[in-house]
Amino acid sequence: MDPAAAGVEFIGTGADPTRSSTLPEEFLKRTFSLISSEKDRSSVSLVCKDWYNAERLSRRHVTIRNCYSVSPEMVAARFPAIRSVTLKGKPRFSDFNLVPDGWGADVQSWLNVFATAYPFLEELRLKRMAVTDESLEFIALNFDGFKALSLLSCDGFSTLGLEAIATHCKNLTELDIQENGIDDLGGDWLSYFPENLTSLEVLNFSTLTSEVSFDDLESLVSRCKSLRVLKVNQKINLHQLQKLLVLAPQLTELGTGTFMEELVSGSVNDLENTFSKCGNMHTLSGFWDATLLHLPVIYPVCGNLTFLNLSYANIGDVELEQILSRSKQLIRLWVVDTVGDKGLEAVGSHCQLLEELRVFPVDPFDQQIGVTESGLLAVSIGCPKLHYILYFCQRMTNAAVITVAQNCPDFTHFRLCIMSPHEPDYLTNEPMDEAFGAIVKTCTNLRRLSVSGLLTDLAFEYVGKYAKNLETLSVAFAGTSDMGMEYVMRGCPKLKRVEIRDCPFGDSALLSGLTQYESMRSLWMSDCNLTMNGCKKLAEEMGRLNVEVIKDKDDDVSLASKVYVYRTVAGPRKDAPHFVVTL
Amino acid sequence: MSVPLEHDYIGLSDASSLERSSESSNISSDDVTNNFFNLKATELSLGLPGFAKNYEENATKHGSVIKNYMSGAKRGFSDVNFNGSGKGIDAVFDKIQTQQIISSSVAKPVKEEKKNGSVPPSAKAQVVGWPPIRSFRKNTMASNLSKSGDVAEGNSGAEGCLYVKVSMDGAPYLRKIDLKIYHNYAELSKALEKMFSCFTLGQCSSNGIKGKERLTESNLKDILHKSECVLTYEDKDGDWMLVGDVPWGMFIDSCKRLRIMKGSEAIGLAPRRTEKCTNRN
Repeated sequence: MDPAAAGVEFIGTGADPTRSSTLPEEFLKRTFSLISSEKDRSSVSLVCKDWYNAERLSRRHVTIRNCYSVSPEMVAARFPAIRSVTLKGKPRFSDFNLVPDGWGADVQSWLNVFATAYPFLEELRLKRMAVTDESLEFIALNFDGFKALSLLSCDGFSTLGLEAIATHCKNLTELDIQENGIDDLGGDWLSYFPENLTSLEVLNFSTLTSEVSFDDLESLVSRCKSLRVLKVNQKINLHQLQKLLVLAPQLTELGTGTFMEELVSGSVNDLENTFSKCGNMHTLSGFWDATLLHLPVIYPVCGNLTFLNLSYANIGDVELEQILSRSKQLIRLWVVDTVGDKGLEAVGSHCQLLEELRVFPVDPFDQQIGVTESGLLAVSIGCPKLHYILYFCQRMTNAAVITVAQNCPDFTHFRLCIMSPHEPDYLTNEPMDEAFGAIVKTCTNLRRLSVSGLLTDLAFEYVGKYAKNLETLSVAFAGTSDMGMEYVMRGCPKLKRVEIRDCPFGDSALLSGLTQYESMRSLWMSDCNLTMNGCKKLAEEMGRLNVEVIKDKDDDVSLASKVYVYRTVAGPRKDAPHFVVTL
Repeated sequence: MSVPLEHDYIGLSDASSLERSSESSNISSDDVTNNFFNLKATELSLGLPGFAKNYEENATKHGSVIKNYMSGAKRGFSDVNFNGSGKGIDAVFDKIQTQQIISSSVAKPVKEEKKNGSVPPSAKAQVVGWPPIRSFRKNTMASNLSKSGDVAEGNSGAEGCLYVKVSMDGAPYLRKIDLKIYHNYAELSKALEKMFSCFTLGQCSSNGIKGKERLTESNLKDILHKSECVLTYEDKDGDWMLVGDVPWGMFIDSCKRLRIMKGSEAIGLAPRRTEKCTNRN
């Protein structure tokens, strides 16, 4: 039974509602310590002062989705017992080079506070933060029991920082380095793990480019008996993979190195045998340069796979068919569009349990390869449980998407990227309004939507009218007037994050969202029609928002080409660089 | 200057090749706009210079769908609230006036990599951060593609892909395949048959095969043989050769592109040996 509910009933029976709860704090804290869901904790903390206190004292993990929405001091003051922090910084469009260097989100100011407030900090997960080698060294030296470090899409550090982590974190269980702007100065960092470190459970260095010492890696894998996730980089070849896998058949997630191997030697043949001993393996990734020559080695584990990431393997439909016909349990699949529509037909025919599909483009600028609307249709027919799609394509039709919506009404995440801006329905030459209209009308649980193609205000009218559960919206090169954005801002009550680029939305559109912004996390608008005056007006009306303009020296002084608006209780940034102007 | 800068919210359907090559809306380099204006200037049309014709061509049943040609240079329109509904035309006319007045003051340089203002001849100009793919993935894919470029030029690389274009006479568009995926002529031939089956299906009826028949591998081969298709390739020297004469390794080293020809056109090459091709390893 839900412990929170139990507490409520107890208070309700016969107790005087004006008196504060007579439940001992210890009881509340113990009960609340069982609640891990953030949403539940949030609700619990709003009930009364005692519950607020018990919740904040018992909380071990905090997620801060915008590092500027609150100050580290405030977090430390409210939650004294934190052991695990997830911290996100820059706006998402920084992944696509839309945010200049030096913008901010420096983790050091947080680390300084954590060093005193949370000396027992164990886990730090950073996304889109600026992290230096000094900061990594700081973490390694200031938190004795530090266990888990995850860096995703961060930048500013090099492999030297990883050396510090490897050297000093005696109890390290997790090192997860993914897709960062890291200065890869060599693979020596891995050799800094001391001989007596045996606690590693997760090691992911798949996006690092330099070769590590294989002997040291082998030794590390051999002595870390609890290792369950190992994702190596492209420099590890199949022979080496074989050796590692023999030492760690208990792995649940494996990221391979390169799958290209000219010689078909004995050890590569052994690989299939080795895989057959990996009974716990449910996630596979890597597969650089994989071909049918060596892909069959994974067949023994295909039957148990729930997540297959082939997004770095430029394979075709033939190879994909071979794999998928053996992978009937797949829930998540990531592929490159070299598999083509035929490959997606194979997905539709084999993966009945599929819930998430991501199709990445091998060459965004070549019109001739890739997937089309028929691939998407095929998947929607064969995979009724599909609720998450990320689809890059060169062309699409309204009719196809309308059918897809009918086939898969449970979409929660619909991210369609027609890669040429303003691309209409290629058969009818009409805008893609009806496509997205169908999605929002039919998929009532839709939480995330990315639109693309030629779109008029009508598309946004549909969004505002039907997408009542929408939380994240990404728009690029779309809309005809301010009304487009106004429809959305007025119609979607649950919006949390909106990111817009290159759309004809002006000040009036910006101001139409006045009442929404405080209940949203953030709004990003770049290369739209905003002016400094419009942004100033917004800043004046809404005191608890930071309205920041990123100035480009080539900009007209009256224009606001990059605007980032977010709610905050920490006031204007104190660390803003000269090109970020807070209004 | 008399030519109006009206390509902000107005689609351009006649300059379709220009559109294809400059689809991204952030192209505001001087060269491109100059090319654009030259086209416009030579056009005959009624109404405002270059405008009315485009508007009509782009009107759809949604009334005033105007292709949104957001350009980095267009920053002076914050005051003009372009309404996409019925009174669109008037609003746009007003806009033209406004644009003409302020056109001289707008001169925003290109923000993306091509700051020198030139547009790559046939490639689309690349917009900053579009399509939205993270750098690591973009770089990995770019290096895979350039690896295939290296291999095609004769470097012996054990890794990478080797993408070559495959054209088939009579097919409306080309395909690209990665030769590295195949290990012998049989695999390549099979893959090509599968890939171009949609085109040979069209030839089914003309060759007397029932169109509804399920397309199996064997009758695919029949179709190809019946329609006398021959697989040829262009080698490093630019010569067109028959596929299958040289060992596989040598073939992928020298093959730059493939072409499925009608048998009648292959007369200049060595005698037809399609059967030999599929049997060769």
